[in-house]
Amino acid sequence: MEKRVTRTGRILLTVLVLAGLSGCGSIEPWVKPYERDKLADPIMALDGDPVSTAYIQHVYEAREGARGGEGAAGGGCGCN
Amino acid sequence: MLPDDRADVLYHRYDGGDVTIDGPSILVRKKAGKSLSFVGNYYVDMISSASIDVITTASPYTEERTQWSMGMDYLRGNTTMSVNYTSSEESDFDAETVSFSVSQDMFGDLTTLTLSYALGDDLVRKSDDPTFEEPLDRQIYGVGLTQILTKNLISTLNFETITEEGYLNNPYRSVRYFDPNSELGYSYEGELYPNTRTSTAVGVRLRYFLPYRAAIEGEYRFFTDTWDIDGNTFALSYIHPWKEWTFTGKFRYHDQTGAHFYRDLFARSEETNFRGRDKELSELTSYTLMMQAAYEFLRDDGNDWGFIKRGKVTASLNLLHVDYHDFSDLSAGQPLGEEPLYDLDANIFQIYFSFFY
Repeated sequence: MEKRVTRTGRILLTVLVLAGLSGCGSIEPWVKPYERDKLADPIMALDGDPVSTAYIQHVYEAREGARGGEGAAGGGCGCN
Repeated sequence: MLPDDRADVLYHRYDGGDVTIDGPSILVRKKAGKSLSFVGNYYVDMISSASIDVITTASPYTEERTQWSMGMDYLRGNTTMSVNYTSSEESDFDAETVSFSVSQDMFGDLTTLTLSYALGDDLVRKSDDPTFEEPLDRQIYGVGLTQILTKNLISTLNFETITEEGYLNNPYRSVRYFDPNSELGYSYEGELYPNTRTSTAVGVRLRYFLPYRAAIEGEYRFFTDTWDIDGNTFALSYIHPWKEWTFTGKFRYHDQTGAHFYRDLFARSEETNFRGRDKELSELTSYTLMMQAAYEFLRDDGNDWGFIKRGKVTASLNLLHVDYHDFSDLSAGQPLGEEPLYDLDANIFQIYFSFFY
């Protein structure tokens, strides 16, 4: 089971890399740079507060059994 | 694109379940030329614990965890390469992590693909046994995709697999088993976890710019691991700016199944090969309500403080409630079989100053 999950992860990673790279240059950007003013607004920043995000992710990792899938978080425990 | 130059000084405080954890976190990021950016972070947890886990089987304690990290980002064309080193030290737990990532902007910067790998090397010790020392190794594989979908909508997809091998127990925690010879009706013995764990998480986020100047974000994460924990996490956020203020509200819901070797009460001593009664491995549901206010006291309008162009202060409060569906509250002293289920309320407070230069 464990090996299967690891292998699945590696295959998925390879497929995503190839899918990402194979289309380079052939797709026209459908949102032009001059149309991205709203996306450039600070309220649209996906991680505007990295220190706070890292801290709250650490709290959830210590309080719940799940982890990952939300970007990186630090090591250590502090979770008793 | 390289991240903005900034410095953050944060104070955090977690207060819940008779555990208090507080301390500072300081981050400084600075570019060197047009293609390099350096980042450093110093973080401290000061822990004072009389939690449900320690009052039933051990003694309250205080300790400190110090973590520091340093990293570098290198931009070449549309590619950003990053390397980061993190070190965390406690009296009984050391962790070192080295991580690498490569990000590629594509399709006129509509798409960013990130591949990452991290290697963690931990050392688990036990404060009351100086001879105890066990290793724990960790590898993290990640793929992230950030995609601009429309003029108003941006999305991210994150896939992360974590494999761990080594000592995954908590050396202080015990399981309880039915024991008719005991006055309480049960006795305790040490936990015994499998020495490997592989988990996979897939997370998706969508943030939308509303017709007036505000944003809404939806998040979902699916989690599964080889200990049979499956989790679903949903969150909904609303971000509303008003003059120099930005207000954010967020509700987060998390639900998970328990680990296959978890029991609240084992039928007998050494009933199963692996045994755990760590409440985080129990079936549980958690709810978080977050309220945040940020005030920009220095705007990028020419009236800067020397080299500092922007400054803001942010305060946030997370109200966390966890319902454990298979973890009894033994502190109430109820007879065996009549113990109530445990639940936890925690207040998580943060205040931080951010300076951009």
